[in-house]
Amino acid sequence: MHLMYFTEQPMSAYPEEAGREFGATALMFSNRHFDPVAGSRLYNEYLEHYRLVEEVGFDGIMLNEHHNAPFCMQAKCNVFASILAATTKRVKIVLLGNPLPLADNPVRLAEELAMIDMVSRGRLVSGFVRGGGQEQLATGVNPAYNRERFEEAHELIVRTWTRPGPFRWEGTHYQHRVVNPWAVPLQKPHPRVWIPGVLSKETIVWAARKRYPYIALSTAIEATKKIWEQYDQVAAETGYAGGPEYRGYLQRCHVAETEEKAMENARQFMWMQGEFTGLAHPVWSTPSGYFSPSYRSAFVEYAVGRRSNPRGAAFDDQIRDQQIIAGTPKTVIPKFRRLLEETRPSILGIWGSDGFVSNADTKTCIRLLGEEVLPAVREIGKDLGLWSPFEANAPVSLAFPEPARPAGENGAGGRS
Amino acid sequence: MSTGTIEWVSETVSLAGIDLHVARAGSGAPVLVLHHEIGTPPGLPFYEALARKFTVLVPSHPGYDKSSRPEWLRNVRDVAVVYQWLLGELAVTRNLAAVSIVGLGFGGWIAAEMATMAPRSFRRLTLVGPMGIKPERGEIADLALLSYIDYVRLGFADQSAFDRVFGADPPTSVLEQWDLNREMTFRIAWKPYMYNPTLPHLLGGVATPTLIVWGRGDRIVPLECGERFAKALPSARLEIVEGGGHFLDMEKPDELARLVVAFLNRD
Repeated sequence: MHLMYFTEQPMSAYPEEAGREFGATALMFSNRHFDPVAGSRLYNEYLEHYRLVEEVGFDGIMLNEHHNAPFCMQAKCNVFASILAATTKRVKIVLLGNPLPLADNPVRLAEELAMIDMVSRGRLVSGFVRGGGQEQLATGVNPAYNRERFEEAHELIVRTWTRPGPFRWEGTHYQHRVVNPWAVPLQKPHPRVWIPGVLSKETIVWAARKRYPYIALSTAIEATKKIWEQYDQVAAETGYAGGPEYRGYLQRCHVAETEEKAMENARQFMWMQGEFTGLAHPVWSTPSGYFSPSYRSAFVEYAVGRRSNPRGAAFDDQIRDQQIIAGTPKTVIPKFRRLLEETRPSILGIWGSDGFVSNADTKTCIRLLGEEVLPAVREIGKDLGLWSPFEANAPVSLAFPEPARPAGENGAGGRS
Repeated sequence: MSTGTIEWVSETVSLAGIDLHVARAGSGAPVLVLHHEIGTPPGLPFYEALARKFTVLVPSHPGYDKSSRPEWLRNVRDVAVVYQWLLGELAVTRNLAAVSIVGLGFGGWIAAEMATMAPRSFRRLTLVGPMGIKPERGEIADLALLSYIDYVRLGFADQSAFDRVFGADPPTSVLEQWDLNREMTFRIAWKPYMYNPTLPHLLGGVATPTLIVWGRGDRIVPLECGERFAKALPSARLEIVEGGGHFLDMEKPDELARLVVAFLNRD
């Protein structure tokens, strides 16, 4: 198994009342409520957590980014990836990921990722995402071409990584006279690409066709099983067998020394889902053309307040469905067993805390996870044969059917 | 204005790979009516008032309402070219000549672009609260930030007029069509949003007599844009409707029809 740590890097230090009054804490919620003193403290606390994560035995650190919202302070995952590349030694740096449609210059992105891969000595996993609905508005990018831009930017980045320059790119959304960045990734054929998602069938199908692992972001167990049915079916049509090495899952799990404390802190997972301050704005989070056309009527009804968020669920339901796990190491381990037995992922992200959980409680959670939960989960994974892409030497993709290795190691070539 | 049933005929014209839906009614001199970015309900009283005096043609813009979506179409000038083709086609098949255009809001922008391409081809041009020119002081309301219902309501100074046209709480099927039309608007007018920086420079050659109509209470496109259109077009006059909003055609159909009919009938 590949076990990685995740936090949204929440910016809880803002006046909650202001958020309630405005009715949303996204996009147009003024950044005059951002407190850079608290921001500076929090960024450094998160770095401290990441160092602890490596120390207690996680295999990877998962990073993401969001814009114009307090639920995630990380506005550019490549910035934290760069810091971690230099300040950690062993963990994989797993970006889930760079929002490709928001990039106006994917070649620059390819270059940044190559630098991170080299500085980290080949520890980069470069996931790609479409970006949230409001992110399109926050960056002025056309939501109606979100998927087209995602696919074209992906193709351009992989080509930039794998084909010696200079070459020219005349695409629909991107045109580059000269593609020839000096920096190229250390890993060959190229860093692994994992694709996270929540709801869009289109993304699951796309990942399966590319033979990229898909990371289900905290979906309910039954929904997760349906995702794997769909993935495996496309995999079979594409000519390979799906299985654990293509399956990832992000589990929200808060561990504490007592059940009560764990449950109290786990409620903070609802913080970003709007229970406390209301994150999502129904219109801004679902701009026309962004969401999957098969959900059009659900989303238009959500946008005018006729139904609840198709992505949302109540806290008690999420506890029941194990979308959120909370407890002492002893009580959470059987829940991980159930998750692993029923959905068989080999990549497991653990999202430890959110919202107002204190620095001390977050560190306790990381320590308990590392000392007691991870060893047990690893054993369960071994029993169930859940070999990660690294352990299984799985191919990078359909187009590049070989494992990723740093150039110069185990026969992987440098660019000649 | 006289009453009586208006017969609407629908046809689909195929051009540039698009199945373009065109609704037609009335007889007499031809008037092409170009609808808003929200699309249009069929057979609006304003259209029927015009159809009592003229042959009225109301196409659904490419990718809106009943017209198919051309994947390739990327800006408002492309739509203007498609309509130039449509008029060329109808000139042959229906002997259509000396066409006047009535452009409503977003449709007014398309009409203005058409006029810049063919400065002497049209008999008369009416622009009702058109988008297309960047305001200097205010802003054009952003569709992307408002819900389907809030945006359309913003275009009415009188909310009871919204209720009359769409119902106080429009059904989901209407919202879905607004969403599809909104997506198409994003596809062709996202950036810069709702204007073309070169348009003011190209309006100077338009010889077509033009009537610009603006609702005093337009909260979607600021009145200053009307003043800029009037200044840029050599043969234009700006008429302000007191108490009206952006969707004047739906809010004050009789008053707007009177202004347009009088303008079109003038020698």
